[in-house]
Amino acid sequence: MKTRVFLLIIIVANAVGNVLLSYGMRQVGSIASYSPLELVAGSLRAAGNPWVLAGVGLLAVFFVAHLMVLSWADLSYILLMTSAGYILVTLLSWSWLGERVSPGRWAGTAAIAAGVALVGRTPVSTVPRP
Amino acid sequence: MTWFLLALVVAGTAAGDLCQSIGMKQQGAIRDFRPGALGRVLSLAARNRWVLASIGCFAVSFFGFLGLVSIVDLSFAAPATAAAYVVETLLARYVLKESISRQRWAGALLVTLGVVLVSL
Repeated sequence: MKTRVFLLIIIVANAVGNVLLSYGMRQVGSIASYSPLELVAGSLRAAGNPWVLAGVGLLAVFFVAHLMVLSWADLSYILLMTSAGYILVTLLSWSWLGERVSPGRWAGTAAIAAGVALVGRTPVSTVPRP
Repeated sequence: MTWFLLALVVAGTAAGDLCQSIGMKQQGAIRDFRPGALGRVLSLAARNRWVLASIGCFAVSFFGFLGLVSIVDLSFAAPATAAAYVVETLLARYVLKESISRQRWAGALLVTLGVVLVSL
């Protein structure tokens, strides 16, 4: 139960964080060159965008929750279960960013969903721990 | 060069996750979920050499990926990195001694196939 809650936080924070970052960076505009000055100026512009800030905050939540869940769960379980994020990203970029999703990508999304459903029925931890 | 960079990306990601898992299990299962505990998790993590090493591994993987997409199409680079799912499941089995049932292996293969298709 605890693990499921953490998985949900990890998946949603990572997917929504990345989508917000992508949305915000499109408003900020592309970074024109890779000169140090332009990188600093671009970073400052990005840091002033509320969508970018919200995205970075959610990615921090993702990082901490991922560390916490690995303190008790199998890596092989967490790694495979969090691939459900691809499903959420596909749905969000289709519905929210208005991207066109190819049939191949829908097929991949379905394969991931089937894989996650299988792994979800295996035990969270298979290693005896103190 | 392409295969070297791809190996660097996959190895970096896999080693990073492996180190993070080893480091966090050393700390013992976290049982305190009050909001203030978040800061404690971060400070524990920041002092754990495995967790610190994982960040180095992810950095190698990230710059490897930047190098990779600078010489090949993203439509090759992104699906190819799905190999990390298989590599990490093997490492979890042989290094972390997790038991990977047939069901979990079947899931791992479906997820890998799915990630390849999604990122093609």
